[in-house]
Amino acid sequence: MTALSLRSLRKVYKNGFEALKGIDLDVQPGDFFALLGPNGAGKSTTIGIISSLVNKTSGTVSVHGHDLERQREAAKRCIGLVPQEINFNQFETVENIVVNQAGYYGIPRREAKRNAARCLEQLDLWERRRDVSRTLSGGMKRRLMIARALVHSPRLLILDEPTAGVDIEIRRSMWEFLRTINRQGTTIILTTHYLEEAENLCRHIAIIDHGLIVEHSDMPTLLGKLTVTDFILELKNPLAALPELNGYRLERLDDRTLKASVPTALGINGLFAGLSAAGIEVSGLRNASNRLEQLFMGLVASHRPARAEQFTP
Amino acid sequence: MSHSVAFRTILYKEIHRFVRIWPQTLLPPVVTTSLYFLIFGTLIGGRIGTMGGFPYLAYIVPGVVLMAVITNAYGNVVSSFYSTKFQRHIEELLIAPVPNWVILAGYVAGGIVRGLAVGAVVMGISALFSPIRMAHPEVVAGVFLLTATLFSLAGFLNALFANSFDDISIIPNFVLTPLVYLGGVFYSIDLLPDIWRGVSLGNPILYMINAFRYGFLGVSDVDLVQAVAVISGFIVVLAAWALYLLHRGTGLKT
Repeated sequence: MTALSLRSLRKVYKNGFEALKGIDLDVQPGDFFALLGPNGAGKSTTIGIISSLVNKTSGTVSVHGHDLERQREAAKRCIGLVPQEINFNQFETVENIVVNQAGYYGIPRREAKRNAARCLEQLDLWERRRDVSRTLSGGMKRRLMIARALVHSPRLLILDEPTAGVDIEIRRSMWEFLRTINRQGTTIILTTHYLEEAENLCRHIAIIDHGLIVEHSDMPTLLGKLTVTDFILELKNPLAALPELNGYRLERLDDRTLKASVPTALGINGLFAGLSAAGIEVSGLRNASNRLEQLFMGLVASHRPARAEQFTP
Repeated sequence: MSHSVAFRTILYKEIHRFVRIWPQTLLPPVVTTSLYFLIFGTLIGGRIGTMGGFPYLAYIVPGVVLMAVITNAYGNVVSSFYSTKFQRHIEELLIAPVPNWVILAGYVAGGIVRGLAVGAVVMGISALFSPIRMAHPEVVAGVFLLTATLFSLAGFLNALFANSFDDISIIPNFVLTPLVYLGGVFYSIDLLPDIWRGVSLGNPILYMINAFRYGFLGVSDVDLVQAVAVISGFIVVLAAWALYLLHRGTGLKT
């Protein structure tokens, strides 16, 4: 049984915009799944439909075998949502926000308080439980939304850009927390614009663009499709002339910086050998962009011309 | 799944909200009704004499109490539910396995409790000016409950349709207040010329105020059964409408 199954899911907004064009998607139990796509691709609409915040036009959503339409309560009980935007009562205390959410799931108040205490402690918010939520920092507000989403122990946790706008230290501690609950059995679906985050955390990935799933595979297979990797090379001495290296593409960024496109088939050793032979010493090396980002950009770009042709009269 | 827990959670949240902001919710009716009793009851009322066979102050007490119940039941639900939409924490309820009827019942119950709290306070104040008598306490309780339910439902519908804070003040200011003041709070419609008496009978609030007055004083301008039927009819229509809109996600979902 899949944790999440979408079949022919379609959404047309009142203004006629078709946000989803009949997508199919399966997420297996225990997976850490990335749903990626550029702005306006349909990620938030998909998540909105799964979490009952957006009405679908057609298609089916099934959560752990429960159809979201026919077995609504059972399906909803499986889902926890961490939305993109802050959406809790800014005048309510931290503890009440989490306890009330448990109450909506039918958890009696005494048990709800115990669950809330566990979640707030896990997310390092216990000391702030009596504070009004609007007094929390941005990172704490994000953690509060995670605590609230976990208070009924959902089997499927959906995080819509959970680390947007938080500093790197908090982001990394969130990653560790999410890895831990995923190891404990919670299926996680993550959308993010930080592709490094998706590459680090997720085992499977789907890329959505213009309402269609344009890629759906496991992370190693997807990264294996990357045929060229771009590197930035810091040079020890100013570059006199750009060398010609067979199979590699070099671009001068400034006197001491080169961008090198390295085909996976050739590898990076050949590049260094060629540069050494040309008398060029390299003092530093880094990826021009995250590998997944490079692949993502290529995939999204490759689907755009096809669509443009469709609309050509 | 225990829907009663979800219902109690919404109700607890609603009560907690209006108690927390008591200077905005419980205090103003104390001030305004004290002024009504002082000016209309004691200062002017003394010159008016009797109405319907009762001292003027005793005559207006039921209407003033019910006016407070109406405005507070309505105001509680419309402002609370619209704020919930505005701050988007309605999403907490929409993603949870809470049926629409439980959401509606929770908010309406919150409005009823606020109406009861304010009604009790206003009645307590009225006791300072005029002794309270209840000819039919069961009618007082029944009409109070039906009226608070009806205006809580109306407030909920207003909040569902509202897209701005202006939208939640238009109905109370330009519809509800005139209907309440022209609903016989301060006078008997027997004083009106025939044509205005007929117009007044089209005002549903007239039936509520007179039924409530019947519970206190045993006198009414309208038939009690007719009044209860009018209120109950409105409740059924508004509840069905609210549930239909919740099912469609009107004002809540895209």
